[in-house]
Amino acid sequence: MSRGPSTTRIALIYPELLGTYGDGGNAIVLARRLRWRGLRAEIVNVAAGSPVPEDCDIYLLGGGEDAPQVLAADGIRQNRAIARAVSGGAAVLAVCAGYQVIGESFPSGGEIHPGLHLVGIETRRSFAPPETPPPGRAVGDIVVEPDPRLGLPTLYGYENHAGRTRRLPGAGGVPLGTVQRGIGDGDGGTDGIIDGRVVGTYLHGPVLAQNPALADLLLSWVHGALPPLDGPPETVALREARRRALAVS
Amino acid sequence: MRTDPGVAFAAHCPRGTVESAMTTSFPRRFTTRTQAALAVERLAAEASRRLGRGSGEMIGGKLALRVAPGMLAEVGSQRRSACVSATNGKTTTTRLLARALGTLGPVASNSGGANMAAGVLAALSKPPFDAVAALEVDEIWLPKVAREITPQVVLLLNISRDQLDRSNETRRIAAMWRELGGELPDTTVVANVDDPLVAWAAAGWHRQVWVSAGQNWTADAMVCPQCARLLHRNDNGWWSECGLARPEPIVAVTGPRELRWYGRTIEAHLDLPGRVNLGNAAMAAAAAREFGVEVDAALAAMTGLGDVQGRYQEVVLGERGRRGRLLLAKNPAGWVEMMELLADAPPRPVVIDFNSQTADGRDPSWIWDVPFERLGGRQVLVTGERKEDMSVRLAYAEVPHSVHASAEDAALAANEKVVDVVANYTAFRDLLVRCSR
Ligand SMILES: [Zn+2]
Repeated sequence: MSRGPSTTRIALIYPELLGTYGDGGNAIVLARRLRWRGLRAEIVNVAAGSPVPEDCDIYLLGGGEDAPQVLAADGIRQNRAIARAVSGGAAVLAVCAGYQVIGESFPSGGEIHPGLHLVGIETRRSFAPPETPPPGRAVGDIVVEPDPRLGLPTLYGYENHAGRTRRLPGAGGVPLGTVQRGIGDGDGGTDGIIDGRVVGTYLHGPVLAQNPALADLLLSWVHGALPPLDGPPETVALREARRRALAVS
Repeated sequence: MRTDPGVAFAAHCPRGTVESAMTTSFPRRFTTRTQAALAVERLAAEASRRLGRGSGEMIGGKLALRVAPGMLAEVGSQRRSACVSATNGKTTTTRLLARALGTLGPVASNSGGANMAAGVLAALSKPPFDAVAALEVDEIWLPKVAREITPQVVLLLNISRDQLDRSNETRRIAAMWRELGGELPDTTVVANVDDPLVAWAAAGWHRQVWVSAGQNWTADAMVCPQCARLLHRNDNGWWSECGLARPEPIVAVTGPRELRWYGRTIEAHLDLPGRVNLGNAAMAAAAAREFGVEVDAALAAMTGLGDVQGRYQEVVLGERGRRGRLLLAKNPAGWVEMMELLADAPPRPVVIDFNSQTADGRDPSWIWDVPFERLGGRQVLVTGERKEDMSVRLAYAEVPHSVHASAEDAALAANEKVVDVVANYTAFRDLLVRCSR
């Protein structure tokens, strides 16, 4: 299916609920990286409570607190717009609470809530036996070495979540990468998922500001080959500073 | 922000404040234990001032609390007092309130920014022991302090995200405050109706004075604190389907220099800049009224306060006579306030000094929630330990800028001799220490 001929539409889903960690920045980064290439972009702010449109090219879900996360999941499940858009070729980037929401189920307020079933993951407060105390909140800098097949450089970000996530047996996709520093999904030593054009991760920061190659990967999925774009130089300096500060190779 | 015990603002001595107007000691009998603790507090405070460690208030207060744990109630509960709490603006509002109450007599106040139990205790441990108290109290510490000293008035200004690396606690703070009200039947709460979290917290108290002090940051109050449904908003306020809604204020900020005050319109001319400080002054004046201070006297006393612990103060930056006006912005709500304040003044170059130490919050992601696009058209210079993060944010906001090793270097590179410096917590503190050497 050929998507919009000229303007790439970037849907920022419920930023009032899923915007706790600056994840709205991902929309800014995607839009600028298109415009800096002379291409057209439009950020579609999908206000909390309103129906999710089906005609966007990239869907962004960010981090949020417990009650807003449930509210957001309930709102998005009112229609199947994102699933239909994905089957038509759209891409999804879901971060933190959003990452948990795109899976099968996630915990909040002592209950398990249904997710969007876009990817085969599930999140719980802990996967350890009930008698073991749940692990602490995962808070801090996180560094992920992406799956080599993606052709991406090291991913830098910040994580802040209580839940632990795992892929369900027989689920599609692969982990986004292996955790070099930080917690990520939890026990398995990996973070995130990439399944078709759906990407989930615990990295905020926002993740696309610190990792422009991931932004360009998403854009290339929905736009096709992109004209080259250097930098910006500020990003090169930031990645170098993070590399030094976090003492990873 | 919780003031880290090790990082109390040390450098700036407030000029001509009312809290230095001491009279003779009130002849009261404290327990022997409390008397000993008071002596310990004074010694330790003196020692730490001499060593240049903190303001002295904090260390002394800490030791004293260890010697006599019941001391806070003893020095605090038998006098008239007001506690001020908020994410942003509590230091300034406390200073404004201390000025207004100073029209009645001596005032005890923790003007040094030490705002947990120890800092409050230090402020109350100096004679005269019957002085009325204007106390800044950390959000989390408010219930503990208020239960001990049973203040006559509590001022609640706002609650917003502060340090992102802490688990998000805005609603938890509001719930704690709401519960506290039930335990203080004789306390009046002066609360900002424009912040839904504050209004919900204050609705649980026995008596309220509702003030419209404004809220220019709504992103942390999208969900109803009572029922978790989305809040509705329009120009007249906010409401929820559960019935929670913005209370009708009796005092309101209605213009850049105008208040509606118990049914009449009055003018207010402050030396502190910005609408946000007029909101702080309205809260402080409404609280002072509960102590019997007329609004005209309160506002007159507030005029003349030009800086608060270095904030809004102009300092010399480096060797070459460059000058900078210091502005503190420690979270997104604070940055939006500073943005409005900058827009009111001549468009000077802006130096952004940005760190991410523990006291700042380790996670700098929140800068993406700040509309830095509004700085377009100004010369912008960036420094601080996380200057690269700020630089990327500005690049994507398409705000041309340069990056420098220090605020002094940045000021030197500016096109004008006077700059505005917007710094977050530790950056501000370090700058203030360097400037006062
Ligand atoms: Zn409600």
